[in-house]
Amino acid sequence: MIEILISLFVLSGSLLSLIGSIGIIRLPDVYTRMHAATKSATLGVVLLILGTFTYFLAEGIFSLQLLITIVFVFLTAPVAAMIISRSAHRNGVELWSHTKHDELMESYPKHLEPERNTEKSDNP
Amino acid sequence: MFETVLLIGLVIFSFSLLLCVWRALKGPTLWDRVVALDSFGLNLIGFIGILMIRQSTSAYAEVVLVLGILAFVGSVSLAKFLERGVVIDRDSH
Repeated sequence: MIEILISLFVLSGSLLSLIGSIGIIRLPDVYTRMHAATKSATLGVVLLILGTFTYFLAEGIFSLQLLITIVFVFLTAPVAAMIISRSAHRNGVELWSHTKHDELMESYPKHLEPERNTEKSDNP
Repeated sequence: MFETVLLIGLVIFSFSLLLCVWRALKGPTLWDRVVALDSFGLNLIGFIGILMIRQSTSAYAEVVLVLGILAFVGSVSLAKFLERGVVIDRDSH
């Protein structure tokens, strides 16, 4: 009975991580790739570690490290994504051509606006 | 049955790791590579989690925790370095 629960956790977690990685490959620019990588990969990993924790709990081992890992991943993955995407935006990485609205650009002071040109592909 | 599910999970995770490596090698900008490496770290945590169930040992629990911490610290410091050229900046904006 407990094995069915663990199998459900493992399968849903790995499928969510696969969806995140397919999003990293398929989506057009850095910001949308960040969205795919952060949301679904984080939920997938949290579900899978929860399955591992359930397995060891059923065997009689209470593993505190796995609980700390769940909390840590849940707290820090969005923070890392926010810092990476802000860094990319400040260095003038191009948005996708179909993007409608850039709210972060309006919050810069005039002299600090990042310049956007297309040659700035691989070196900051 | 349970073994088969774990094996399917391992195969799915290795395919997902492969996709992350491809984006990290290919990515047009440096930030794409940082995103791909961050996601690679997260997927590696899941991979080791399945491995823990499969081998029925809790010896890798510290490995999982340290990998989580290293993925976070690595991506944050890399992003800060690419932003200004320093890791800890003293400017307020």
